[in-house]
Amino acid sequence: MNRRRFGKTAVSTFALMMLGPRMAHAGSWEAILAEAKDQTVYWHAWGGDTKINDFIAFIGAEAQKRHGVTLEHVKLASTADAVARVRAERDAGQTSGGAVDLIWINGENFAAMKAQDLLFGPYAEGLPNWPLVDTKGKPATVTDFTLPTEGYESPWAMAQLVFEHDSATLPEPPRTLSALHDWIKANPGRFTYPQPPDYLGLTFLKQVLYGTLADPAVLQSPIDPASYEATIAPLWAFLDDIHPSLWREAKAFPENEPALGLLLADGEIGISFAFNPGRASAEIAAGTLPDTIQTFVLEGGTIGNASFVAIPFNAAHMAGAQVIANLILDPAIQAAAQDPATLGFQTVLNLDALTPEDRARFDALTLGPATLSPADLGPVLLEPHASWMVKIAEDWVQRYGVAK
Amino acid sequence: MTLCLTLKALQIDRAGTPLVRLSATVTPGEVLTVMGPSGSGKSTLLAALIGALPPGFAQSGEVFLNGRNITDLPTPQRRIGLLFQDDVLFPHLSVAQNLGFGLRPGGSRTERQDRIAEALDRMGLAGFGPRDPASLSGGQRARVALARTLLSEPLALLLDEPFSRLDQTLRAQIRDLVFAEARSLPVILVTHDPEDARAAGGPVVNPL
Amino acid sequence: MLAGLGLPIAAGLAGTLAPALSGHGFAALMDWPGLPRALALSLGTGLVSTLLALAITVLMIGALHDRPGFVAFRRMLSPLLALPHAAAALGLAFLVAPSGWIARLFSPWATGWDTAPDLLILNDPMGLALTLGLVAKEVPFLMLMALAILPQTDMARRGQIAASLGYGRVAGFVLSILPALYRGLRLPVFAVLAYGMTNVDMAMILGPNLPPSLAVQITDWMGDPSLQHVPTAAAGALVQLALVAAALALWLAAERILAPLIPALASHGYRAWGWDAPLAGLAGTWAGLIALGLGAGMAGLALWSFAGLWQFPDALPQSLTLQTWTKAAPDLAQQSLTTLMIALTASLGALALALAALEAEARSCRPIGAAWLIYLPLIMPQVAFLPGLQVLALYVGAKGSVATVIAAHLVFVLPYVWLSLAPAFRGWDGRIGLAAACMGTPPARIFWRLRLLMLAAPVLTALAVGSAVSVGQYLPTLMLGGGRVETLTTEAVALSSGGNRRLIGATALLQMALPALGFALALIVPRVIFRNRRAMLAERSAAR
Repeated sequence: MNRRRFGKTAVSTFALMMLGPRMAHAGSWEAILAEAKDQTVYWHAWGGDTKINDFIAFIGAEAQKRHGVTLEHVKLASTADAVARVRAERDAGQTSGGAVDLIWINGENFAAMKAQDLLFGPYAEGLPNWPLVDTKGKPATVTDFTLPTEGYESPWAMAQLVFEHDSATLPEPPRTLSALHDWIKANPGRFTYPQPPDYLGLTFLKQVLYGTLADPAVLQSPIDPASYEATIAPLWAFLDDIHPSLWREAKAFPENEPALGLLLADGEIGISFAFNPGRASAEIAAGTLPDTIQTFVLEGGTIGNASFVAIPFNAAHMAGAQVIANLILDPAIQAAAQDPATLGFQTVLNLDALTPEDRARFDALTLGPATLSPADLGPVLLEPHASWMVKIAEDWVQRYGVAK
Repeated sequence: MTLCLTLKALQIDRAGTPLVRLSATVTPGEVLTVMGPSGSGKSTLLAALIGALPPGFAQSGEVFLNGRNITDLPTPQRRIGLLFQDDVLFPHLSVAQNLGFGLRPGGSRTERQDRIAEALDRMGLAGFGPRDPASLSGGQRARVALARTLLSEPLALLLDEPFSRLDQTLRAQIRDLVFAEARSLPVILVTHDPEDARAAGGPVVNPL
Repeated sequence: MLAGLGLPIAAGLAGTLAPALSGHGFAALMDWPGLPRALALSLGTGLVSTLLALAITVLMIGALHDRPGFVAFRRMLSPLLALPHAAAALGLAFLVAPSGWIARLFSPWATGWDTAPDLLILNDPMGLALTLGLVAKEVPFLMLMALAILPQTDMARRGQIAASLGYGRVAGFVLSILPALYRGLRLPVFAVLAYGMTNVDMAMILGPNLPPSLAVQITDWMGDPSLQHVPTAAAGALVQLALVAAALALWLAAERILAPLIPALASHGYRAWGWDAPLAGLAGTWAGLIALGLGAGMAGLALWSFAGLWQFPDALPQSLTLQTWTKAAPDLAQQSLTTLMIALTASLGALALALAALEAEARSCRPIGAAWLIYLPLIMPQVAFLPGLQVLALYVGAKGSVATVIAAHLVFVLPYVWLSLAPAFRGWDGRIGLAAACMGTPPARIFWRLRLLMLAAPVLTALAVGSAVSVGQYLPTLMLGGGRVETLTTEAVALSSGGNRRLIGATALLQMALPALGFALALIVPRVIFRNRRAMLAERSAAR
């Protein structure tokens, strides 16, 4: 499957939506709203970031106000916990009334749940706010790691890899992969990446793949076992080269994105990265990073994708969960998420499809002190096919999983 | 009904070794002294009489108290008072509370308080009610223990070397007090001290 | 009654381990390049930390028990014990990291560091940081257990006799008291050993990750969404179980070899006066380091909860703010309430069970059958049977609710309540009960009016220990609560994956405050009700 094909899928899905009888939808949506009233929706979402937690609480307040739906944020250390919960319920024969109503999900967790028929749907395309989603301009809203979402999950935020540096100590950051490579070698101990299989760590490896592979287009297809070793060799060569110059000489790695961010805040490393262009600004606003922190991207683009919400097949409050999924796509909520003072998440909506009043909400947003404008963010590189991620994660553990 | 404590062919063995072979009748006011070196089964006899024989002992024979067969009764229902080597006062209760614990149930609050005060008075401990037992001397503690036991109105009294921890002058004094207070009860005294046996004045037997 | 406890464990174990036998779990496990190192890490950190913790505890009691500073350390024990493992690890991590508080205090004026040095202190491949963290956390636990046992060892008199025979303080202690003390301390030591080998939360924060210890890796595999690694995890859990069994066997063998040494030494008659001063110094140093490490770690976290921007190498935050607390107050209040409710119910339930079993034992004069079952949850790796238990709970229709969580906590709280209560309960002077029975007192009255009241201090301590254990439970709360039961600990661990030191500090403080309150009550209440009873207070201070 190549990139163009995705576009097509997205376009045809969109076209289907437009053709669909919206009045009939509206009728059934009224029924869903009525059923959802007074329901309590348990949203299982990673709870490691207070800004995100606050934002989910904000959505909960709106849901209560607008639809009489109570939202409970079940804070997870790992999304896999929610997946495991649903699986345990399925194993125990609990096909309804499950504990999980809504999951913040993407990538391998989504692929796993979809493959095991653990998801309710398709539902996303039936949401009243769906037509506002920019499926055309942001194909990542309907393809999750090259896997078509087919309406089994609904997007809520766009994410793109950006690098962070302290302009006070590093005024001119390296803007290409080879420049970054040279900077790492010249500044030993001042760079690292989260330990795979952490998501952000793998994202960094994928970024390196894009910069080192002879033909990055192969990433959009499943791995070809015959040519894999030769294809991937430049990645390992790159890592072998930089590892001795990494933080702790690559004998230890941070656990995940917040842990990496903490290293930047503690001044242990000089260049960090995050899967959220607004993270640095939001941290500066929260007073946890100095205002000299700036962000930058690599020439040629960085990896980008979308975050989604999905509903388990046995959710106890499906109606309420759909109401929440729809509410998240509401322009006012999306604008609040994009506000650097709250989250700085990029919207999944097509600004051209909005009413002038809603459009104005986005236009009124100022960029945070460290956030790049959409133009400066540069091109978005699509996530490789999930098979790459799985294989690279395994191989990384084989190659580097035992410290020398 | 005969007011006495009777041991009918009481026999206790452990692992096939005989420890006690005893038949006796003790009348009120009489003191039966069981003498023997330590380890000779004196304490085993007392444990059997109050019904607290640990597992591992085999007992046969019968025990009668005032004509009632008490051989298989649980300890609290036997009404046999016991004075230990140590006073074994309850450390978390005051002197008066200790006596109140011993006093049989019934009677109004003031009646009970009067009886406690009266018992303290008899022991020469008037006004000691609110005291912490830990603040008393050895002789005072022994007297509290005696008063507590008597207030529970036992029908017989067992003495497990109750004077051995006291010094010479105190020992005679407390011994006389105990025998005087217990003169209406059948008493069994277990001791290895010939002086105690002489003072008791009753028959002296060996547990075996 | 207690045998019923074995059931959930057996069922959970079966449910978890079944996949190990079906899939290619063992093959995949053998294929993992990190396996030898992970096994060595589990065994090494577990054995070394247990050995050190035991040695330090014994040394401190032997060399310092009658020194003035010991009372102060005893007082500090309870809050130290109340500290949940994850919070302790986070506090220590911030203290000793290259960008941590110690480095900040001495930078740049003494060290010349303007940016944090690139030193591998945390997550070192040998697991030294993890080992020291475990030692710091387990010494207070072993100490509390030892202090519960000491009154039964007739310590004061034996010590005096040894001293009057011319023995040094430590030598006299080792020769005359240690054997009895160790007999009572064995089970807690086994629990410490098993915990050291299988813990997840401390190992994730302080331990190596290339590779991580086996328990952490199993947890990772269990959490794999693709299900691909579940058989590997199950196989790993089985290996982990075998490893713990092997370590215990090793320990028992060492006991056998070392036990005859003490009588042998005693017959030599070495008085060893000269050892007292250096050993006291060593013990004092360790005690100071542990108290300082945990204390300063907590102080650091507390400071973070009020910190604005706080960059390296500033020794203190640039600004202080109440923002973290005010923003989190509603959540924290709710979580504190849930935590407290669960802790109280679970530990009261465990206390009732333990008292019932012990009283039944006392009345029948027969030791409890299958008492070892109580300790099973201490020695079994939690990752090995919790996933199975979760499925079991769902089968019997127990939805994720506070009640299910309390039931699960009970399984883990009971052994600790038992450990801290049983020695005192069994050590109660039986003649008191006999004296009362001879006065016609029925057994129930003896239990309530005499035994329970006289044991008020150990009973309250057991309750506090139980609450502390309940407060610290992470995996059982998460898995059996269906994620819906939010306690301070689920919150703290979720946060710890996010690295927000400010909120972690606030949560950890509350996490510690709840059990600390329990310990304070356990200390104060007996002192108040027995203020005029010298023997009751003396009994408590006999161990001092």
